[in-house]
Amino acid sequence: MFPMLSRRARAVAVATLLALSGSVHAAPAAPPVIEIKTFMFMSAALTVAPGTSVTWKNLDPEPHTVVSVDGTFRSGALDQGDTFSYTFTTPGTYKYVCSIHPQMVATIIVRTPGA
Amino acid sequence: MPIHDRPFSRRDALKCMAFGGAGTLFTLSGGILTPVDLATAASRPVTGTPLLLQVSDTHIGYNKEANPDVAGTLKLTIEHVNALPRAPALVLHTGDITHLSRAAEFDLAAELLKGLKAGELHTTPGEHDVADATVSEYFSRFGAASGGRGYYSFDHQGVHFVALINVLNFQPGGLGALGPAQLEWLANDLKGLSSSTPIVLFAHMPLWTIYAPWGWGTADAEPALANLRRFGSVTVLNGHIHQIIQKTEGNITFHTARSTAFPQPAPGEGPAPGPLTVPAEQLLKTLGITHATLAHRRLALADSTLG
Repeated sequence: MFPMLSRRARAVAVATLLALSGSVHAAPAAPPVIEIKTFMFMSAALTVAPGTSVTWKNLDPEPHTVVSVDGTFRSGALDQGDTFSYTFTTPGTYKYVCSIHPQMVATIIVRTPGA
Repeated sequence: MPIHDRPFSRRDALKCMAFGGAGTLFTLSGGILTPVDLATAASRPVTGTPLLLQVSDTHIGYNKEANPDVAGTLKLTIEHVNALPRAPALVLHTGDITHLSRAAEFDLAAELLKGLKAGELHTTPGEHDVADATVSEYFSRFGAASGGRGYYSFDHQGVHFVALINVLNFQPGGLGALGPAQLEWLANDLKGLSSSTPIVLFAHMPLWTIYAPWGWGTADAEPALANLRRFGSVTVLNGHIHQIIQKTEGNITFHTARSTAFPQPAPGEGPAPGPLTVPAEQLLKTLGITHATLAHRRLALADSTLG
């Protein structure tokens, strides 16, 4: 990259390019919302960075819950229109179910970007 | 229609089946099955002692299309029960007392159920009762009988009652589960009993597999049932499916009850086992309770509808 520049200039140019591209990726994305619809979590597996708050919203007339299999998080019963949010801080794979309709299963994967 | 003074014929069977309406009570006395229409039960004394009432799936808090007034249909149920000729000694609620496990729903349900002219209330929770974030609303109200574990037993009129809980540890695929601790407790609980003791087992999810794709069954029911096979009379009362499905296996009679709130589709008849909306004038025909009498150490079950 940048063969015409001196080694120092090249280093500065590359660093600047990386810094700029880094700042574009660092623009915060909207916190994810997973809809619950027709007895399904509308995301089978969602990957998020640590510190992300995930919100579930139940659109079904039947109540649903969001319960992690490992006990990390547990919503109450979500009526139609109700939401539940959880902020994931620790990297890992979090399988969760609806405790009222346990055929409903999905996963949140918490991973540091680039890791 | 006294038929117990001659052999039971095919014509008698057809006559029995013609009894319909609000419900038919079959009592077993001296080995002979006698049908008694519930509507005329007041004038014809029923042999056997009224033992229990099974109420199920009241879903207090539900307010959508299939029944906008579940408190109203529960009140009708209580009136229906209070009009029975002889009050049952016990009421067993086989779960889904509430719809969303909310405190106000439990409070209203308890308030309404107090209107039952029947003896003590014993409960087991449904999955709709343990859906709150701390799983404490049901247990703070009804957990004393089981020390907060959900399973317990008691005796009444020589019958041994066992309440099981199968809505806390669901299996992948959605079947209910009892879990090893409960199974061990059950084996010990039954160990000292004589095989002639009538047993009534009650739990929310069916204790046999009715329809696996909808989770209508209990994954580890078999080790539980193995403990029961030596007994002469076992009655398993379940809820969850909002319709009556029965089967008999040796000395074990399995029975699921109607809801007092709304019906659900028959197994496989629809995309999911959710509330089924029926024409308004038919709703009460799909809701009801089950009544059991005890005679000669056998239970006789009678289902009746609200309309």
